[in-house]
Amino acid sequence: MIWNKSAECDNRDDRKVQQLYSLKKLVRHVYETIPFYKKKFDEAGVTPDDIKTLADISKLPFTTKDELRDTYPYGLLACDKKDIVEIHTSSGTTGTPVLAAYTKNDMDMWAEVMARCLCMAGATPEDVVQNGYGYGMFTGGLGVHYGSHKLGCHTIPVSSGNTRRQLMMMRDFKSTILTCTPSYSLYMAEAAKEMGIDFKDLSLKSGIFGAEPWSDNMRKEIEEKLNLQAYDIYGLTEIVGPGVSNECEAHNGLHVNEDHFFPEIIDPKTGEVLPEGEKGELVFTTITREGTPIIRYRTRDITWLWHDDCPCGRTTVKMHRLLGRTDDMLILRGVNVFPSQIENVLMRIEETEPHYQIVVDRGDTHLDEVELHVEVEPSFFSDETRNLEKIKEKIAAEIKQELGIAVIIKLVEPKSIARSEGKAKRVVDKRTL
Amino acid sequence: MKVKQISVFLENKNGRLSEVTRILAEGEISLRAMTIADTADFGILRIIAEQPDKCLELLQQNNFTARVTEVIGVRLDDRPGALHDVMQVFEDNKVNIEYLYSTLMLMDDKVVIMFKVEDIDHGLDIIKKNGMEAITAF
Repeated sequence: MIWNKSAECDNRDDRKVQQLYSLKKLVRHVYETIPFYKKKFDEAGVTPDDIKTLADISKLPFTTKDELRDTYPYGLLACDKKDIVEIHTSSGTTGTPVLAAYTKNDMDMWAEVMARCLCMAGATPEDVVQNGYGYGMFTGGLGVHYGSHKLGCHTIPVSSGNTRRQLMMMRDFKSTILTCTPSYSLYMAEAAKEMGIDFKDLSLKSGIFGAEPWSDNMRKEIEEKLNLQAYDIYGLTEIVGPGVSNECEAHNGLHVNEDHFFPEIIDPKTGEVLPEGEKGELVFTTITREGTPIIRYRTRDITWLWHDDCPCGRTTVKMHRLLGRTDDMLILRGVNVFPSQIENVLMRIEETEPHYQIVVDRGDTHLDEVELHVEVEPSFFSDETRNLEKIKEKIAAEIKQELGIAVIIKLVEPKSIARSEGKAKRVVDKRTL
Repeated sequence: MKVKQISVFLENKNGRLSEVTRILAEGEISLRAMTIADTADFGILRIIAEQPDKCLELLQQNNFTARVTEVIGVRLDDRPGALHDVMQVFEDNKVNIEYLYSTLMLMDDKVVIMFKVEDIDHGLDIIKKNGMEAITAF
């Protein structure tokens, strides 16, 4: 089922006309109402009148995450505050959050694109959607929720965690669609085994998995263990939340809802727009947003875009599953973490010099397990184990407070962390995705 | 009167302890006592050597985190109850013991027990006042 045939299967030229119309309107609006954008456009020597074709978008300056933080909370609001009906903030942990504000129209648009994504994964109004994404400020839970309502599904807002209850509901309410992070789905599979629940006896047909990097191998494992078809979904708070793009039944790329989110691929070094099919950094302009629209947002995600005659009938541009990041950001249990944050914590604790390594693995539980290896320096080495244990506890507590995730601290011998060109390798990601 | 103990940080990994003993053997260090305090993922090796300064230097040169801690070596008669005599004296005089271990050999038919106490000067003072003998070195 295709939720919105006229939008998703539109003739590409007609869509371009709509995109250009929306882009022009947005550029003029932000130029006239948001001092931040006016200043940036003026500095770049570009005015709304310079946008005559879609390609002219390359004349506009980029927006970065740092700029979103600098303008927090309401610096990039493009409407009256009274017209905002809901806000969300990013799951980022670098201190200042990033705000996404939605007008009533934005909420309708979000539900619309999310309904499209659910349909791409085979959902119909007959389905029972068990939404295992976290509810609250995180966009994952509520985004899927609104889409599921829009589509008219029987919606179970179970949120994340409480695995036994998840499995009981899955069994009792005969859930047909599961939405959660891919690693959590595998965790559920293990828990089900312990509870004596066989997924073959459940009713799941599809799973929509996102907010975390995963791979084809992991897809196979999930499909086998949970006895369903797994679909990749992509989204980010800065753009809308979940609903930016989703895989269809062809499982060959994610259809981007490009009538709302105009994608580009750029060379992350030069900022130049790359031709279709080339790999680079994904950039989005939210051409229809009213609350917090964003011009040429650098996602730091690496992928490529292409068009093909998809057997599903949709004509929207496709993006490949994410291939990596342009920065060293790690996604740990759905939380964005930069190694520099860990370094800051270690530097704050005076006993330690920051010779460290972050080792990420998925153990038997299939959830991200994070070990932080810290080299023992003479400045805090003691002849008593309890003093060293105390330091371990202190580091763990500070990191928990800073990042909101539990890490296992392991003290290691000096110079035992492999160094390349004198610089220690900060991240070892053993997760087999 | 204070004895230098060398403490070394060791990861719980195969071969780390033998790496230490290899370095000490090659440096011709004579060991007098050795003990390990261990936790799930690391251990602290404590060494009493005849040449503590050289021992420390060798270990540091080989990238081990090592440091000197001062401890007391008390000479005891080799008879039942001798250790308890010291413990009683320490208890009566509020000498807090952080850990203790025995040495590898008898000295003139006496055993030597190594004590790490909270306040070493107080500890030594108590040993002396009670007519007991703390070793100066090996």
